[in-house]
Amino acid sequence: MSMTILYTVLTLSLLGAVAALVLYQVAQRFKVFEDPRIDLVEAELPAANCGGCGYAGCRNFAETLVKSDSFDGLFCPVGGNDTMARIAAVLGREAVAKEARVAVLRCNGTCEFRPRTNVYDGTKSCAIASAIYSGETGCTYGCLGFGDCVTACTFDALHMDEKTGLPVVEDDKCTACGACVKACPRNLFELRKKWKGNKKIYVACSNEEKGGVARKNCTVACIGCGKCFKVCPYDAIVMKNNLAFIDSDKCKLCRKCVAECPTGSIIEIGFPPKKEKTAEETASVSN
Amino acid sequence: MLKTFPKGGVHPPENKLSAHLPIRQIPLPPSVTILLSQHMGAPAKAIVEKGDQVRAGQLIATGEGFLSGNVHASVSGKVTRIDEVQDASGYKRQAVFIETAGDEWFEGIKSDDILEKDFDIDGQEIIKRITEAGIVGLGGATFPSHVKLNVPRGKKAKFLVVNGVECEPYLTSDHALMLEKGEEIMVGVQLLKKALNVKLAHIGIENNKPDAIRHLKELSAKHEGIQVHALKVKYPQGGEKQLIRAITGREVPSGGLPVDVGVVVFNIGTVYAVYEAVQKNKPLIERIVTITGKDIKQPSNFRVRIGTPISALIEAAGGLPENTGKVIMGGPMMGKALGNSEVPVVKGTSGILILSDTESSRSIIQPCIRCAKCVSVCPMCLEPYLLMPLAQQNKFDTLEAAHVMDCIECGSCSYICPASRPLLDYIRQGKSSVGKIIRSRKK
Repeated sequence: MSMTILYTVLTLSLLGAVAALVLYQVAQRFKVFEDPRIDLVEAELPAANCGGCGYAGCRNFAETLVKSDSFDGLFCPVGGNDTMARIAAVLGREAVAKEARVAVLRCNGTCEFRPRTNVYDGTKSCAIASAIYSGETGCTYGCLGFGDCVTACTFDALHMDEKTGLPVVEDDKCTACGACVKACPRNLFELRKKWKGNKKIYVACSNEEKGGVARKNCTVACIGCGKCFKVCPYDAIVMKNNLAFIDSDKCKLCRKCVAECPTGSIIEIGFPPKKEKTAEETASVSN
Repeated sequence: MLKTFPKGGVHPPENKLSAHLPIRQIPLPPSVTILLSQHMGAPAKAIVEKGDQVRAGQLIATGEGFLSGNVHASVSGKVTRIDEVQDASGYKRQAVFIETAGDEWFEGIKSDDILEKDFDIDGQEIIKRITEAGIVGLGGATFPSHVKLNVPRGKKAKFLVVNGVECEPYLTSDHALMLEKGEEIMVGVQLLKKALNVKLAHIGIENNKPDAIRHLKELSAKHEGIQVHALKVKYPQGGEKQLIRAITGREVPSGGLPVDVGVVVFNIGTVYAVYEAVQKNKPLIERIVTITGKDIKQPSNFRVRIGTPISALIEAAGGLPENTGKVIMGGPMMGKALGNSEVPVVKGTSGILILSDTESSRSIIQPCIRCAKCVSVCPMCLEPYLLMPLAQQNKFDTLEAAHVMDCIECGSCSYICPASRPLLDYIRQGKSSVGKIIRSRKK
């Protein structure tokens, strides 16, 4: 009886030993070396897997960061400069600070300003609606209002305003990952420089039609008159395709253009009601 | 037994209200708006300028590029401007605006109705005249006809298939044409046979048009190599691939063209346009448009100049009923709802359908119950209930593997779905994204 137990134990031990040897050899043979820094870098990333960096998730971005020689063109918009600085510390490199950005909708075609000319009762998706037709209003450039951007936002920073029918960006939650920029079939979102106190000045219109046509369909359309272009002291405004565009990197928030705009398509947000000098803000760039 | 395609298909209520009504000419509109992109490919390039005097049938824009076609003035008068105008989709397209003055025709065009049979033209000359006349597929896809006739090297056309199916409910323009212009259609078929150098032509007509079948059968007896087939009534039999399968039993391979199985398909309307172009030297400047709807006063088949605003057609048919819910360009299955009624008639406009608000209202979308009705009706053997979520989730590689590109967008799946799911909307969306990916891969 005791012999049987002994044999069993011995046989099993032998089998185990052989299997261990085989497994060890196989593991050695097919060993994949992985840079341990990848795990360290990944731990620093926000783990949102939003794709805002342009790579397939945080792991993929971590691998790319470790493999690359410099941080050129590599930036995690969600984590921002802090994250990039920590990653730079892990990899022993110099971090390049980038200005914080925020998504801005370049359309102000609310129900009030842009009257509906027909009714769409099809599938509630901007991508589908824009492929079928030009939208419920006469403007073929403006927001369709079915909220593809809201669905695309993984940070809960976008929601539809029931009253206006336009999406609203919550600046504090927005990480400038760019998901809404890609989701919008009309290309209405732009990532603009983020100022302290969420101050913003931008042309809230993307209509490239001639002034009269654009104005007919929407009272707050940019008519491409160029008044703002002439008044801008910093050369921040570009006129192209009957449309003014304020370059947020050059703009110093002087607000001269806002007063000039005859249709009110240039919007200022976050400023105190009384006009004040904004020299302080122009000097400091917040993160 | 009647021929048909083997798998899938639906049978919506036919509602052919304007069947057996004669083709009527409507008065010339005071002005026309002729879009420069009335074909599949790149827009044609205008060769007239503001202020020019043009005559009906005069070339006003030349087709540039592979899938492009010529565009002609449909009325005589003065070019008032060349500007952007909203097309059926509401997007802005370049168009030539002509103010009508009299009805003068360009020299060399015979605008009478006398039947001409001059078969003493060689194939190349026929193709040349068709190209010049700017003929595109009048079934709705507006594929330039001369491209189909120039069979690529290494491939050989064996049959000509003529599509007189008109499987869309409500529409009757092809039916009216077959009844009234049967002899002309026969001549057109002979010309196309000559251009393609084939011996046999099949004309497929659905069995709900017995008079047209009888009429064309009688006429075809006098012509050599034309067979008329009565087909079982089933949507989408008018789809090129379904029609080929029904008549010849051949199946167009996935991603292939009809010519891969030796067949070239033309619509009845296109055949008539070919007759006019070759025998009468008349470019494609007018077409038959059905205007129909249950509440409209006089459903009719109109002969309309290209560029006439839709509103003029509605007016001629008794005006817009008060309970109008939607105005649809095309049929109820594949047509497109219009955002405004000033949209001009284009070469691909086969009908205008006016639905009342109760008919056009949508049902509430409910969850998929996996009944697989969409699978059983899909004529392309796809699985719409799986394709829709894939498209929603942007899984383009899986979509491509599931042959989304084979979808002919007939809408049978959305029609049959008991949960009223917008299957086609999403599949079409996925298809366009996958198409973009495939094209970028080829570059």
